[in-house]
Amino acid sequence: MMVAKHRRDTLRIASLIHRVSGLALALFLPLHFYVLGLALNDAAGLDAFLKWTDYPLVKFAETVLVLLLSLHLFGGLRLLALEFLPWSPRQKAYAASAVALSFFVSVGFFLSAV
Amino acid sequence: MDQAVEALDVKVWRGNAKGGSYRSYEVPAQRSQTVLDVVTWIQQNAEPTLTYRFACRVGMCGSCAMMVNGEPRWTCRTHVKKVLEGRHLEIAPLRNLPVIKDLATDMTAFFDKWTGAEGVFHPTASRADAIAPISPEDPARVLANEAIECINCAVCYSACDTVTANPDYLGPAALNRAWTLQNDERDGAHSRRLRTISGGGGCFNCHSHQSCMTYCPNELNPTASIAGLKRLSAMSFFKGGRDR
Amino acid sequence: MIGLRLYLAQRISAMLMAPLVLGHIATMIYAVQNGLSAAEILERTQGSFWWGAFYGLFVVAVSIHAAIGLRAIVCETFSLTARWLDLFTWAVGILLLLLGARAVAAVVL
Ligand code: SF4
Ligand code: SF4
Ligand code: FES
Repeated sequence: MMVAKHRRDTLRIASLIHRVSGLALALFLPLHFYVLGLALNDAAGLDAFLKWTDYPLVKFAETVLVLLLSLHLFGGLRLLALEFLPWSPRQKAYAASAVALSFFVSVGFFLSAV
Repeated sequence: MDQAVEALDVKVWRGNAKGGSYRSYEVPAQRSQTVLDVVTWIQQNAEPTLTYRFACRVGMCGSCAMMVNGEPRWTCRTHVKKVLEGRHLEIAPLRNLPVIKDLATDMTAFFDKWTGAEGVFHPTASRADAIAPISPEDPARVLANEAIECINCAVCYSACDTVTANPDYLGPAALNRAWTLQNDERDGAHSRRLRTISGGGGCFNCHSHQSCMTYCPNELNPTASIAGLKRLSAMSFFKGGRDR
Repeated sequence: MIGLRLYLAQRISAMLMAPLVLGHIATMIYAVQNGLSAAEILERTQGSFWWGAFYGLFVVAVSIHAAIGLRAIVCETFSLTARWLDLFTWAVGILLLLLGARAVAAVVL
């Protein structure tokens, strides 16, 4: 199906990114909390789970999570600035910078993970 | 326009509230031609029963907006050469509003939300009073002036996906109008209006995608106006003045 | 269906979280260097007041923020009545708060 033209705009895509990243993070959160909660009764349980994080595929998945988190953070900071500071006409540039910064951060994470 | 194009291939949506479909028409191309000219040509030469709306033809009245090749436009001021794709033009009724017939939408919801957002001036003086002097440099007046040239065309309303998703949302035009009145010192309903626009269907539902601003033919910025309303009502909350 | 109070709750939690998320990302980049192990995580966090406060605040803020964010998505995707939306928002918020509190307790206490 064709994507409607008004949805192909940079800022409309930025809002989609914000929504999708936020949704994915919210869905991931219970899992995240559950795994950390494993340490409550036995640290071994947590360790058994953390073994998984040595696999390259899991490292990649973690990097995606860091990317989602950064996208939501930097995109969200742009929105906070839009709402609470005087209007700036450079929203597209800011949105693009937020995405660039997020990739930078998640590549940084990936490099330190491998 | 490409001089080689002699006839436009125009698809026009025909139907009513129950549904409809596109019909094709060949329309002679002119050197200078608006989308409204094309629709008018079809009605006068090919399809006398075609229903559409217009009045001023000069971008003042806001009645002629339609979807043109998938985007909302004021058709009387949109030149064919600006929107033509090859020789194709697809014309449909505005999004986000129910269709009455063909290209004419029912704008009741749009105007109900306009008044629902308290987009109405509430005078504080009578005709017996002297005319209030308003300085054009007054900061609030400057903000109001930036947002005031709205022609109620509903182009922004039909570009807004929050309106699509949330039927209660007041939408960019009504909120933009509310913002101009909040910055009008002669208006006497500031706190009442602030309460209305901070309610469940109000300014806080806006996701700042700026589609409204991108498409507004008068280059207004409802996104900034709505951000202003968000700030105003947040400030009044912290000042404890919400129920003044 | 976002009114003034929900809006403020969401934006204030967002402002609180901005520095926390930055700190979280920095910690992750630092901690992941030598692989993750329960011992390493617990050594850093157990008995630490500051990590407890950091993650405690984080959990409270994220529960509020995610609950209201999901509310907006649910509201715009399904047509729920205001009551069901409120119920959904509270349920998500409380669930995240409980799970989060358990996680913080597990790594800090
Ligand atoms: S910025 Fe707000 S009003 Fe404009 S299109 Fe987006 S949601 Fe609608
Ligand atoms: S704000 Fe612009 S697009 Fe919206 S109704 Fe007014 S003139 Fe039309
Ligand atoms: S006909 Fe009046 S604005 Fe187009």
